[in-house]
Amino acid sequence: MELTVSPAPHIHGNLTVSQCMYNVIIALLPAFAVSLYFFGIGALIVTLSSILSCVIIEYLIQKYLLKEKPSIGNGSAILTGFLLGLNLPSNLPIWIVIIGAVAAIGITKMAFGGLGNNLFNPALAGRVFLLISFPTYMTQWPVPGASRWSYTDAETGATLLSKLKEEGYQWIDQVDITNLWIGNQGGSLGEVGAIALLLGFAFLLYRRIISWHIPVSIFATVFLFSLALGLGAEGGNLQDAHIWQGAFDFALIQLLSGGLLLGAIYMATDYVTSPMTSKGMVIYGIGIGILTVVIRQWGGYPEGVSFAILIMNAFTPLINNYIKPKRFGRA
Amino acid sequence: MLKTFRIGGIHPKENKLTAQCPVTMVDIPRQVSLMLNQHIGAPAKCIVKKGDLVKVGTLVAEAGGFVSANIHSPVSGTVSKVDQAANAFGVCTPTIVIDTNGDEWEESIDRSTELNETIELSPEEIIQKITQSGIVGLGGATFPTHVKLMPPKEFKPTVLIINATECEPYLTDDHALMLESPEQILVGCRILMKSIGVNHAYIGIENNKKDAIALLEQMAKKYPGIEIVALRTRYPQGGEKQLIDAILHKQVANGALPVSTGAIVQNVGTAFAVYEAVQKNKPLVDRIVTVTGDGIARPGNYRVRLGMPIRELIEVAGGLPSDTSKVILGGPMMGKAISNLDAPIPKGCSGILILNEGHAHRGTPSPCIRCGKCVSVCPMGLEPYLLAKLSENHLFEKAEKESITACLECGCCAYSCPSNRPILDYIRIGKNAVNQIIRSRKQS
Repeated sequence: MELTVSPAPHIHGNLTVSQCMYNVIIALLPAFAVSLYFFGIGALIVTLSSILSCVIIEYLIQKYLLKEKPSIGNGSAILTGFLLGLNLPSNLPIWIVIIGAVAAIGITKMAFGGLGNNLFNPALAGRVFLLISFPTYMTQWPVPGASRWSYTDAETGATLLSKLKEEGYQWIDQVDITNLWIGNQGGSLGEVGAIALLLGFAFLLYRRIISWHIPVSIFATVFLFSLALGLGAEGGNLQDAHIWQGAFDFALIQLLSGGLLLGAIYMATDYVTSPMTSKGMVIYGIGIGILTVVIRQWGGYPEGVSFAILIMNAFTPLINNYIKPKRFGRA
Repeated sequence: MLKTFRIGGIHPKENKLTAQCPVTMVDIPRQVSLMLNQHIGAPAKCIVKKGDLVKVGTLVAEAGGFVSANIHSPVSGTVSKVDQAANAFGVCTPTIVIDTNGDEWEESIDRSTELNETIELSPEEIIQKITQSGIVGLGGATFPTHVKLMPPKEFKPTVLIINATECEPYLTDDHALMLESPEQILVGCRILMKSIGVNHAYIGIENNKKDAIALLEQMAKKYPGIEIVALRTRYPQGGEKQLIDAILHKQVANGALPVSTGAIVQNVGTAFAVYEAVQKNKPLVDRIVTVTGDGIARPGNYRVRLGMPIRELIEVAGGLPSDTSKVILGGPMMGKAISNLDAPIPKGCSGILILNEGHAHRGTPSPCIRCGKCVSVCPMGLEPYLLAKLSENHLFEKAEKESITACLECGCCAYSCPSNRPILDYIRIGKNAVNQIIRSRKQS
């Protein structure tokens, strides 16, 4: 009898790369359902075309350019496509979606060496590439629930945060926060439904696909920073309960809109581009939170999550280099 | 809240198929082979020659130094060969072969089964007795027990910890021993306490052995100073440093001896062997071995004479299933896959694990996706992905700075890696290279 000999360990936890990817895809399904409900056929077309083009581009590059065995079965390209789609407005023409997929997979991922070697989050880099290249297309947001059966000709409006930037702080009194929880707001098609996104977060935590460190530190930073800004805008008389209420609403709006949940839970936690240690993850999360609020408050864009995550992606190697886990037996 | 260690760790599927199997006595083998280097340290020196008659318990090889151990004959009969023989991994090692004839024991050995609680020997005499009896760490490390009981003078032991965690999946030999001989273990524990001059001992047992915890807790009432500690089931809790951290909440400093925390750790099987040696004058000639795995007809906990061929013990358990692909000495996390089934069972063999085709092969590695799982499970707080990468690229100096030598090779990283990367293989290579560099630096 031939016996196999190999070094220990002889058993494996059975977690695979594709399982990680498909679990994230499953976690995103509630948010996708919300976007189908509010944005209708456009959401379906944009998401499907994004997934398809990402998968096809990765396949073609691996097969004909790199001449290696295509690994699209591991779900990574599907997830990138799904995330890219969820980060786009639901009335975006397909040809622009395809350009975004080329930027995401071709440039950000494969040009850097494929899965595991990219410095930036592919889906986000794709989105930001489109935002800079096609600013008009990328800032026309279909009004939720208004025209479910129309695609590029859907009725459009502003997002909550751009409106807030225009109208000023006092405008928050007009916002019905319930709409933010259920997803009745303008924006990228996957970022609107807060409850659905949080449901996926719970699922990912339960399946131990991601840890709490990155999302929670982003949430906490954005919330506290915005709360402080809100209190400042209210005049800063901390004795007044009404001021606290207003600032609290302001901070909650910052948390529930502008793609913060989608970014914090599903994009910032991308394994490849986020730090390896839990301490590093917290630093990274705080960085994203601060940058997001700074861009929103003082920058040129009403939403800032994509830029914040991409900037912190660039810091990830540095964080990995300097932030070490607590070694056993050392103070 | 159950106690456990503070950094990393995993909880693999326990697969304790034989947890409820009582200890089964195995017939005396027709022939035994005793490897002279079956413990850590210097090989023992053979003191018999071909044709010599021996009894059970006759000294056949003497310790070859302070860190070494005596070897006794586990059977009565004739020495038929003193020669090189292939060990379980196919490496030739000096071995004494004894043909069995009857079952005659040395007269000095007390073979009665009744419990002897009175410890008459002085601490020095106890350690001497343990040294003579050839006892080594029976959890698998096979470090000579008497060496651990005589720590360097600057360290004063304050507490004894008995390692009954049995954190490896599949293995149940310690569990079966605790259910079979709880009082002997407790007396053994008292003997060890006396030998190092401490009044307090903890017996750490993982919570997946509730019956053993309950039984020992009840018995321990009679033995002042011994406390049973139920631990949260988590691998690698049986690691010496992890166990000290779990029970005493103290971390052994990097590079320091475990006794620097005041604790001396001994395996529960070792405590039993100490009882037999000191109270019954019986040297280490047998042990319990768990035979378990895929498709084994009679998995169980078998008390066997040391030196019995591995193949024969597997036959007792129903023989090798036809789809066997891997045979492992020890548990699935740290055990070693063997190639030679005719090799003898050594002192450190806690189990024989049989895996079939489906479980014996590793998955195909794919690129690291930097998920950080290896970092979060490492019980030493290292960065396995980084150490593996540094080792792969021969950046050994950097690997030394990143504490590669602190790795205890528990395998949590490779177990958890979704990309099936051979992380620990690379770390072992790097660790060896770094240790060599450190040694050559000391010499120059």
